[in-house]
Amino acid sequence: MKNIRKILPKKISIFEFFVENSIKAIALLSLAFILGIFYFVFQESYWAFKPEKNKLKYQNIQKPLKHTDEIYSNGEIYFDDELRPEKYPPDTNRSNLLLNRSDSVKINIINPIDEGKKISLHRYSSGNEKAISFWDLIKANDIIEGEPAYIWQPISVEPKYNILSLIFGSFKVSLIGIIIAFPISVLAALFTIAFAPKWLREIIKPVVEILAGLPTVVIGFFCLTVLSGYFEELFNTQLRLNAFLGGIGLSIVIVPIVYTLVEDALYIVPKHLSEASLALGANRWQTAYKVLLPAALPGVFAALLMGFGRAFGETMIALMITGNAAVITANIFDSVRTMAATIGSEMAEVEYRSIHYGVLFIIGSVLFIITFSINAIAEFIFRKKLLNKYRGY
Amino acid sequence: MKAKFIVLILFLIVITGFKYSEKITIKGSDTMVFLSQKWAEKFMQKNPDVLIQVSGGGSGIGITALINGTTDICNSSRPIKTNEVRKLMEKYGTTGVEINCAIDGIIIYVNEKNGVSNLSLSQLKDIYRGKITNWKEVGGKNARIVLYSRENNSGTYVYFKDIILNGEDYSPFCQNLPGTASVVNAVSKDEHAIGYGGFGYTKNVKMLKINNVEPTIDNIQSGLYPISRYLYMYLRNQPTGLIKKYIDWILSPEGQQIVRESGFFPIK
Repeated sequence: MKNIRKILPKKISIFEFFVENSIKAIALLSLAFILGIFYFVFQESYWAFKPEKNKLKYQNIQKPLKHTDEIYSNGEIYFDDELRPEKYPPDTNRSNLLLNRSDSVKINIINPIDEGKKISLHRYSSGNEKAISFWDLIKANDIIEGEPAYIWQPISVEPKYNILSLIFGSFKVSLIGIIIAFPISVLAALFTIAFAPKWLREIIKPVVEILAGLPTVVIGFFCLTVLSGYFEELFNTQLRLNAFLGGIGLSIVIVPIVYTLVEDALYIVPKHLSEASLALGANRWQTAYKVLLPAALPGVFAALLMGFGRAFGETMIALMITGNAAVITANIFDSVRTMAATIGSEMAEVEYRSIHYGVLFIIGSVLFIITFSINAIAEFIFRKKLLNKYRGY
Repeated sequence: MKAKFIVLILFLIVITGFKYSEKITIKGSDTMVFLSQKWAEKFMQKNPDVLIQVSGGGSGIGITALINGTTDICNSSRPIKTNEVRKLMEKYGTTGVEINCAIDGIIIYVNEKNGVSNLSLSQLKDIYRGKITNWKEVGGKNARIVLYSRENNSGTYVYFKDIILNGEDYSPFCQNLPGTASVVNAVSKDEHAIGYGGFGYTKNVKMLKINNVEPTIDNIQSGLYPISRYLYMYLRNQPTGLIKKYIDWILSPEGQQIVRESGFFPIK
């Protein structure tokens, strides 16, 4: 009795109180943090619908040349009302139209150049952008060979922000990925649980889990340099970087995830079920296929969805090996551009609070909503079902 | 033991502090990182008491760093935009200083097995617009043209669009890759591919003549080759002291020799 008192003092010390409450606070903080991210992403999407004024815009400028305009020897032209930096060393290559005309026409991009001649240039310069609507994000915005086309061209005189092609790209490449990864990981998990001897199981499981820790950029690089040439020869594809190769890359990422989840699901199936099956004379395969797998089915579905969700949000592999061309085609050997890769490659140079910026956040929100709901379904419906079944919650 | 360790660290800090009496940071264009590092190396060899730190990230990121004051010199493969100058104006009261430090030729690459060796500017435009989709239309084999381009955050992407496509859109089938090196790598492995990028990266690919002009050093420098651009360095103020010395050295024949070695072209 005395000893127990020593181990478990009844009175809660200040230290314990402190620890307990800080753990609680951290847990709540992480929840708040997730909500905060949600809020931020949705809030920034707003700028697509109401962009700030005077944003940089890629536009066509047409006006007559004046003698005060400046022309560089490589054909660049600056109008005199544009704010330009000083030169160092002063005025070596800069020439004023009238002073040094012959020198300025070396490169015939805009040729011939004369004062008063109307010229047309494309330039990033400030202007007010026309806000877009939800309809602009999904309607066909171009016609190619008589067919309506869904184009993603954010840097253009008429920017085209159709996100359908990007959503399609994400789904296409993740579906290919999960179709390849799912059977492999389910069979591997069944093997480790039902067939493998104990010593082998103790090797396989950690090795596959280490694979989950492999940086995705390394997998992308491996696919780019090694697998791409191999698959191009094997399937004789027109494009070296395509959705199928992307799917292969993604499957390398999701196999360990799906494997671990399926293995866990199979593991919590009570031992007496499989033992009873074996005792009744079923062989190992019958036990695995007819008893274990059906019993763990909700967990297997959850693993499928979570693997899909993981593939859906993967950025680096998609960026490196899917070719990043935003087209909607049924051929699995065509290139695709995924939502995550688009955000990854365009966010760095986009102008703050312009339409393009807002649209990238809309893509982020869509991505967020889709992966969140997939994971929520997996977690709260399927996994809960499984746990309820065998843990008696 | 711990105390000894701390003393050692302090000692190292003091030593490095004494060793480099002056420091320059340079940030910006990925196209220019290699060139910029070579300049810095040579300059530090000649002036052992100077430390020059070079990093990439992209032209836009470099200019932002210049505006925020986190870099002394910014490398850029595109001219500074007017509203970036305006930001400099608001913050420092200067319009910034532009230095043309090298010329970069934009080279059109195809695979070594490709029979086509010349394209006109209008053919090039039609190919990247998606109007010409087969190599036989420009005198090659009967095969689909595989288009490679840079990502749309790149200065080269915008330059190509301005000069070659005349501001019109790229074909939607154009594959966008991050970095010139990956474009070159893709073209070198893909028999029917076409891509574009700097002169510095031309391993295992064939350079096309444009309007029958070969992309040689002389043609690019004289402006005969139709697709070339300046590379810039930007400062906040007119250079003084060490930075002036560094930039004068870059513009000197010795500095410009390094430009040639790095696959770019001297400005004079």
